[in-house]
Amino acid sequence: MAFNAGAYRASAPRGAPGLRFTVYAILAVALMVLDRRGGWLVTVHYYMDAAVYPIQLAVNSPTRAWNWVRDTLATRESLQAENATLSARNRELALRTQRFAALQRENAELRGLKAALPPLAERWLVAEVVNVELNSQHQRMLLNRGAGNKVFRNQAVLDATGVLGQTISVSPWSAEVILITDPEHATPVEIQRTGVRTIAVGTGDTDSLALPYLPTNADVKDGDLLVTSGLGGVFPQGYPVARITDVRHDLLQPLAQIRATPLARIDAAREVTLVWFQPGHPAAPARGHDADGNAALQPQEAPPLEPIPPLNLPRLKPRPQAPATDSRPDAAPAQPARPVQAPVTDKRA
Amino acid sequence: MAERHESFGGLLFTILVALVLSVIPLPHYIELGRPAFLVLTVLYWSIAAPRLGGISLGFFSGLLLDLFRGAVLGENALALSAITYIFVREHQKIRLKPAFQQCLIVFGALVFYEAILFAIDGWSGHPLTTPWRWLHTLVGAIIWPLVSATLDRSRGVR
Repeated sequence: MAFNAGAYRASAPRGAPGLRFTVYAILAVALMVLDRRGGWLVTVHYYMDAAVYPIQLAVNSPTRAWNWVRDTLATRESLQAENATLSARNRELALRTQRFAALQRENAELRGLKAALPPLAERWLVAEVVNVELNSQHQRMLLNRGAGNKVFRNQAVLDATGVLGQTISVSPWSAEVILITDPEHATPVEIQRTGVRTIAVGTGDTDSLALPYLPTNADVKDGDLLVTSGLGGVFPQGYPVARITDVRHDLLQPLAQIRATPLARIDAAREVTLVWFQPGHPAAPARGHDADGNAALQPQEAPPLEPIPPLNLPRLKPRPQAPATDSRPDAAPAQPARPVQAPVTDKRA
Repeated sequence: MAERHESFGGLLFTILVALVLSVIPLPHYIELGRPAFLVLTVLYWSIAAPRLGGISLGFFSGLLLDLFRGAVLGENALALSAITYIFVREHQKIRLKPAFQQCLIVFGALVFYEAILFAIDGWSGHPLTTPWRWLHTLVGAIIWPLVSATLDRSRGVR
């Protein structure tokens, strides 16, 4: 445990350490104030995140190598079994989609619209999870898609089973996602059975969300499905979020204590989906106003779809979108309506 | 071994390794007690070679941590440069202390570091916190002899 004290003769640091420390402390405090108040550093953050991204990739390389080895060494039997499961699942989904077009038309007629609405999800982009931080204070994810892929800030991130979170910072090649289970994230939801709207707050635990704002006499039961309510400007209406698992009515307290389990597989996700929504659609989220100067962080037009190789089921491909000047009665105005209120889902803003 | 050539590259390498250990994803229960490897490494360098890195090393390592953690820019930078300042100033005294006392000093420094983060978290609107956040200070102090011995070896000191 010797620090080899004799090895340094002139070990006094150059300059006065006190002065240096003062300079750095002032710099750090200035950075914090600029970063927190007024968001002056959004652009700086954008480029710093870009500069750090290669290191993040390097940091994650052991995990990636392990996954690669596991994928490569997967046996023929397990691959065949997986293939069989997937084609069974594909068949099931295809059967469900067969009626989709008809139902959509029927729905439009019931709503009194002349033309059928386009599908809500305009485009999606599969992103790989580069890094995950899951602890009691942070539940974050780093994705390998960024502004270069037209990813923007406060974009919804889903997986095949439910809502995962939203992007909170975007760099040219990467995007950081705050998960719905992060203690600082609140998801506007509604209970599907009753239509009651409330807010699901993250708990810092990957399989639990809290619903702290429901009164004791609220009609909530175990097993109720929570879907996004479309408020808040990030998630459109009707996407599954969580299922209620625990309802406790304490008569001495004005609010019920309710827990729900997220439907998305948060701790197992390796690939997630970034979604662009049709802005004029009635179920689309009302976009909040982003005051940042950086154009790359504003909501982006969806980039053109990458061609998906047609399986034997070409109808699974989403239909190409008509331009915004079509004859839909609710066609988006040139400037989308912008509520003054900022999105409530990002409490950090 | 009167004159030894310290290389800045070696320092950067150890910092990078410590950064990897600090941010690599771990299972939840190990994550709770993960020591702040980067902080320990910076502390080591500030008493072992204060001229090489010094407070600048603390500041920029902290900035790197901020970027990786998605924290307020400057949070870790301030906390880390504060304890680096103490260690650089007192490096001759700390270096000569026996191992156990060094552990205690490191423990104090880690608690001070975490206290600064705690205060900034509260100020900047991250009021949610758990007592678990203090666990890593204890773990860090316990493994300090191991860290410093490993880093000694990496410099070729015995």
